[in-house]
Amino acid sequence: MSGAAQVTKRAKYKISVKDPGTPGALRMNDQKLMFMPDNRNSGAKLVVEFKSIQGHKYTKEGSNKPPLINLANAQGGSYIFEFDSYADLHVCRDFVSKVLEKSKETPNAALEKSAIKLPDEQLSEEEMQLRIKLLQENSELQKLHRQFVGGNILTEAEFWAARKKLLDIDPSKKSKQRVGFKSAMISDIRPATDGRTNKVTFSLTPEIILQIFAEKPAVHRAFLNFVPNKMTEMEFWTKYCRAEYLSRTKNYHAVVAEAAEDEELAVFLKEDDILANEVRKKIRRVDPTLDMEADEGDDYTHLPDHGIFRDGTKESNELQSEHYRRTLLQDLNRHAAVVLEGRTIDVEREDSTRALAEALARSKRGNEGADNNANEERLDRTPRVAEIEDLQAPHCLPLAPLSIKDAREYFDSQQANTLKASRDAQASMKCSLSKQEAYRSVRDAISEIKDMGLSDPIVNPEVALKVYSGLTHNISSIKYHLGKNPRETVLDRLPSATKEKLLYHWMSIQELLKHFWSSYPITTPYLYSKVNRLKDALSNIYPQLEEMKESLPADLRHQVSLLVRPMQQALDAAIQHYDADLQKRSAKSGEKPNGYI
Amino acid sequence: MASAPSKLYSDDVSLVVVLLDTNPFFWSSSSLSFSQFLTHVLAFFNAILTLNQLNQVVVIATGYNSCDYVYDSSSTGNQSVGNGRMPSLCATLLQNLEEFMNKDEQLGKQEPEGRIACSLLSGSLSMALCYIQRVFRSGLLHPQPRILCLQGSPDGPEQYVAIMNAIFSAQRSMVPIDSCYLGAQNSAFLQQASYITGGVHHKPQQLDGLFQYLLTIFGTDLHSRNFLQLPKPVGVDFRASCFCHKNTIDMGYICSVCLSIYCKHLKKCSTCGSVFGQAQTQSDEPSATNRKRKTTDA
Repeated sequence: MSGAAQVTKRAKYKISVKDPGTPGALRMNDQKLMFMPDNRNSGAKLVVEFKSIQGHKYTKEGSNKPPLINLANAQGGSYIFEFDSYADLHVCRDFVSKVLEKSKETPNAALEKSAIKLPDEQLSEEEMQLRIKLLQENSELQKLHRQFVGGNILTEAEFWAARKKLLDIDPSKKSKQRVGFKSAMISDIRPATDGRTNKVTFSLTPEIILQIFAEKPAVHRAFLNFVPNKMTEMEFWTKYCRAEYLSRTKNYHAVVAEAAEDEELAVFLKEDDILANEVRKKIRRVDPTLDMEADEGDDYTHLPDHGIFRDGTKESNELQSEHYRRTLLQDLNRHAAVVLEGRTIDVEREDSTRALAEALARSKRGNEGADNNANEERLDRTPRVAEIEDLQAPHCLPLAPLSIKDAREYFDSQQANTLKASRDAQASMKCSLSKQEAYRSVRDAISEIKDMGLSDPIVNPEVALKVYSGLTHNISSIKYHLGKNPRETVLDRLPSATKEKLLYHWMSIQELLKHFWSSYPITTPYLYSKVNRLKDALSNIYPQLEEMKESLPADLRHQVSLLVRPMQQALDAAIQHYDADLQKRSAKSGEKPNGYI
Repeated sequence: MASAPSKLYSDDVSLVVVLLDTNPFFWSSSSLSFSQFLTHVLAFFNAILTLNQLNQVVVIATGYNSCDYVYDSSSTGNQSVGNGRMPSLCATLLQNLEEFMNKDEQLGKQEPEGRIACSLLSGSLSMALCYIQRVFRSGLLHPQPRILCLQGSPDGPEQYVAIMNAIFSAQRSMVPIDSCYLGAQNSAFLQQASYITGGVHHKPQQLDGLFQYLLTIFGTDLHSRNFLQLPKPVGVDFRASCFCHKNTIDMGYICSVCLSIYCKHLKKCSTCGSVFGQAQTQSDEPSATNRKRKTTDA
């Protein structure tokens, strides 16, 4: 019926699903929903704020049930409305979900506002978003943030300074890696043929053009020379595509004929002489220190059949047309070489094909310079490396020898220390007898047994009984205290409210102490004020802990005080340190009671 | 407690390697006399051997200057020695023990007086583990081994490293170390040993009922321990001793290369030789975070 602001529909309000329902009108707006029954006297009027609605459920369209929507509120109750048709149900459902989403965001709007009030920090928009997202996802973090930053104990900057790791997600998102060439041979362009009009359409994208230039340097050179002097780009590519089409038809004689006619076309059909030169250069540049034989005979790419022996007597050789043969293997190898070399140019940055071609030419020229240097280095290295290892003298490498100390040395050297230490320690364990006497007494005991035999009874029965009952009592009491389940901890046996409070106190104490200890030694007045704030917060925790302990029944109190003791000890240590530092400061500065530097 | 993966003839055959403390300085000043102690212990050995025909007992004496095997129930050379007043087990054992004490005294003639009266626990632990390894390698059919440590002498902090090594190797071979401490104070080493290897540690309150303690707690084989409740200590004393002075410490410095423990800040680690860097904060403001500092190497 209406737009986004308000929805009014006829509905029946039901208390439960089986209830026949009170017919009336349901009106919903941003803040609340209102139900007005037809019969004013029935008293089923409803006004419910959306804030108290937690969730909504509805019946599906395909089922045989009537169109119902069930809104659950925070206390566990629910409001059920039945609509006349599913269309109404959908409208209301969409509205409700929109409002609920919006209402979920409002508590975070408050957070956002408090987070935005940062006069002394320059935060980028995305960092702010990241912080808000972190707070939304982690409720513990949110609680801490609200308690400390909201309570003005810590500033926003300090809170996040301790959590740099969480905020560091950004750099990994922006990966500086460039995407390389595709392995698929997109430069092997295939046209789209239209059977009806006998037209062949080639589509070239900048990416394909870049690959063509990279793989076929002759085409690249032709482009740089012909365009825009001799022909337009369109004409160039038309000729290129025609050449591709021709070579694919494998109609050899047509290829030769066309090449003879059009010399530009011939460029595309001919063998790539730049490539041939490059390969020859590479062969000459092979490192002689490599233990391989490389000479002109290995230039197999320009041999017939790639150097594979084949009985070619049955074939007719037309020397002139050899130039126009191009095999799939050649193309594949060239493509693989180009892909492995990697990409040096970003296609998106170049606007026109001309610019692309020039950029490629520039990068190639740059590489040539590097190649020359590499060549010189190789020439230098050759005499050094081509040594015959058998005839070399064994040379000592500059390594530090492994020094594994004799373990006995360590143990023996400590004897002197223990002698010194042992003299004063453990005086009670020292034997008053001399060595001979001690040994003699032991030997006497042994002979005594040998003569007398084992005593009878070995153990006095009363003693045995006492021992036995003591042990069983011990075992059962341990079981009682530590519990049967080994994984159960002390915390699990406390009521859950206490457990949560304990954990919460512990977390906040940890956070405060972390900031407290990291601000020592105090060098600036800022740190001094921060320490004061933290100390006040720490001293406030004591009464909170006491209060919690007193609220517990007596039998749990002991356990909780055991758990609370380390917290109190940590707080004590911190406050002691603070007092000691304050004293030192005031002693140093003399009259100044504040102890500023 | 699962023990080593041994295919047994039956579940509850056990091999008990007993480390008997024979430190004369301790026994001469202990409330329980050595002869009474031996009585309890010998009866206990008999009891173990009667539990199962295939049970085995090996006794290693932990002396003041040396350690040695004193008795092995599986060796066939047990002649009946003596006057018939006691089983041959006891006779042989006592004979060997006497010889061991003589040897031990002779070894000790050169040592100066005034040492702490601690026995060589690390030595006997190592010997026990070697014996057990031999048993493991003897084939698929062997009893489930465990070590029982009857110790009265206090811990010798200079043996800390060796004892910890032995404990870790026992843990690795899944051999539980049970310990019964008869002395006055607590033994941190034995508590740690039993805790780490899954054995039982107990300090008997009444020493004249020692036999009852031994039978109830330490007599059970490893398979039965799955269904029995044995007394667990409430806490374990995990303190280590520092490498420089051999004092027991609970907070100190650790070399990040070899993990040796020191009680004060050093410029160079004495075990591995790595040089440590400078301290980060000023020395006149020692705060709690600097008490346990991680040191770096050059």
